[in-house]
Amino acid sequence: MAVETAGSISLPRTKTRSELMTQRLAAARWFLLPMLVALAIVAGWPLLRSIWFSFTDAKLNTLYSAEWIGFGNYLRWQTLSSGAIRWRGVLADPDWWNAVWNTLRFAFISVSLEAVLGMIVALVLNAEFRGRGIVRAAILIPWAIPTIVSAKMWSWMLNDQLGIINDLLMKLGLISQKIAWTASTDTAMTAVLIVDVWKTTPFMALLILAGLQMIPKDVYEAARVDGVHPVKVFFRVTLPLVRPALMVAIIFRLLDAMRIFALIYGLTPNPKATKTMSVLSQENLFQFDNFAEGSTQSTLLFVIIAVLTALYIWLGRVNFDAEGK
Amino acid sequence: MKLKSLVLGLMAGVSLAGIAQAADLQIVLGDTGTGLTFLQGQVERYMAANPEDKVTIVPMPSSTTDQFGQYRLWLASGNADIDIYTTDVIWAPQLAEHFTDLTEATKDIVGDYFPAIIESQTVDGKLVALPSFTDAPALYYRKDLLEKYGKAVPKTWAELEATAKEIQDAERAAGNPDMWGFVWQGNAYEGLTCDALEWVKSNGGGQIVEADGTISINNAQAAAAIDRAAGWVNTISPPGVLSYGEEESRGVWQTGNAVFMRNWPYAYGLGNGSDSAIAGKFDVTTLPMGDGADARSAATLGGWNLAVSKYSPDQEAAIRLVKFLSSPEEQKRRAIEQTNLPTLMATYDDPEVAEKAPIIPLWKEVFQNAVPRPSAPTGTKYNEVSSLFWSAVHETLSGNGSAAENLEALEADLQDLLGS
Repeated sequence: MAVETAGSISLPRTKTRSELMTQRLAAARWFLLPMLVALAIVAGWPLLRSIWFSFTDAKLNTLYSAEWIGFGNYLRWQTLSSGAIRWRGVLADPDWWNAVWNTLRFAFISVSLEAVLGMIVALVLNAEFRGRGIVRAAILIPWAIPTIVSAKMWSWMLNDQLGIINDLLMKLGLISQKIAWTASTDTAMTAVLIVDVWKTTPFMALLILAGLQMIPKDVYEAARVDGVHPVKVFFRVTLPLVRPALMVAIIFRLLDAMRIFALIYGLTPNPKATKTMSVLSQENLFQFDNFAEGSTQSTLLFVIIAVLTALYIWLGRVNFDAEGK
Repeated sequence: MKLKSLVLGLMAGVSLAGIAQAADLQIVLGDTGTGLTFLQGQVERYMAANPEDKVTIVPMPSSTTDQFGQYRLWLASGNADIDIYTTDVIWAPQLAEHFTDLTEATKDIVGDYFPAIIESQTVDGKLVALPSFTDAPALYYRKDLLEKYGKAVPKTWAELEATAKEIQDAERAAGNPDMWGFVWQGNAYEGLTCDALEWVKSNGGGQIVEADGTISINNAQAAAAIDRAAGWVNTISPPGVLSYGEEESRGVWQTGNAVFMRNWPYAYGLGNGSDSAIAGKFDVTTLPMGDGADARSAATLGGWNLAVSKYSPDQEAAIRLVKFLSSPEEQKRRAIEQTNLPTLMATYDDPEVAEKAPIIPLWKEVFQNAVPRPSAPTGTKYNEVSSLFWSAVHETLSGNGSAAENLEALEADLQDLLGS
């Protein structure tokens, strides 16, 4: 997919555009216009408004009379009577950095696990076997269930006294005492990761599968003729060729994982150990009287995601180039 | 929908001049126990009496913290779809400006209510919600188990600890590995603020922020009370108690796997229901007291009220429904069927209530001595105060720092927040 686009961009780099090309570009603009307008209304405007609120003293009840206060919500300082300087604002808030760390840790671990498991599932589904269509459809079910529903479902399954997971593990003799999965700070993040991997691996697998199916069959035939070991085929043939699809799948998941909210909100009792950026921001926006601070946190979340995405794309390109040489 | 109700209203106005206009009302309610089913019945009775009104119930999650976030958002955006909100006793100061003043509409009935409850819902002279029921928690105990092991009903936390441990161990040895001593609400949410306020207050540790605004939480008696509770986790209480709300603790209790439970009176009626494993095997008493100076039995004041959104287009009908739902007949029915404490003084003396729901007259005194959460002195900051408090307690219960350390940090945070 990405290979093709790269090719088609480099080809028509002639100095003058043909008339047909100009026409097509003009038509394309008109076709894109409704979508751009819709995006501007549902995504652009709210985003700009959140960013604006982060520079004001807005409260939920005084949204329309909020006043500009500059960067105070991000960072400000107070000089105490003793002369010491005290830093305030979101950037000086340890709870915020704890949430950033939780989010990054969650995103890294969950996306890594999902990439590996997704690849395995995709390879299995790529093989020819009877009933493949049904299996492919069935595997998507966890992904199709709304997040908050799966969070509640799993919170009952993981319930320490009445949950089926503990019951199964006890009967199998794997644990000697019922585990309070979501309550204990040691296992809360693990519980969130289990549910997230269960939920989004199918999505990852589907995107990778699409990539796998675009690999021409003759490459494999050539490898088989040469008698290459299947493991080597995977690392030398499949992986490089499926890489563009994999990179896209990972970035989609990464963006999603960075703004995780519903799963954590629905599953855990909201201790420090699982509080992510979105959870903290929601709390400030709607639970507390800190609309501006919540907006600041959403804005920072937006910036962090933007930077990470740019970084990822940039690093991804570097890798492609290195391979081309 | 709006247009339809308008047309219907006009038609009704033309054909039946003088009769109240038709209204399409939406009422929100957080679902706990069988509260939703009960409200459904109430609404049906209302519609039978007022056939021109149509009422729809919008169910919400049972956690009061979750409900609040949603309501606040709706109200701030001037949502006209929801006409009536079921509000927690602590929300009045935070949401007052979005609700209709009910003073005028209720002036002939307001004298029947307990003045203290009406007072809790009055903000700057404005009655923001009509109290539908009040709440004060109880210590539920298994009288069959206490009898079996020859134990007295505990009067202090220390007695509760010892009895819970002894019965729990004996029952486990007798072949019930799932038995626990004491279940309560340890999730990091408003419910933990209620539970922890009781521990602190019963130990003579004040009430977090006093009525005059003094931040009192950082004291040795409060710290001792919270440390004691931290010691229950994984000894007499399941480790999962740190994620339990009211319904999760009732789940363990009602399947017969706990000796004691701290919960609100609603669990009394449900525990005696036909599907309950412990029907007729339990009783209630006041929560235990701590030790040290000023120790007493303390119950956090709860309660739910009905408020009319000022953005509702059908003010008159909405007020009519609110008054119906809080009327003496409905409160009596609620007391008997739901074991919710009435807010009308007369209902406590009703012989039928005393016979069918014996907890109700017993609890009159308990709720009158109940401890309010500091929602009045902290005003719009209450939710953040409460969240800081329950977080500090939850950290302590989870073993992250001692109560003394966490309360010291809490005091500093509260000073920052409240500016004192």
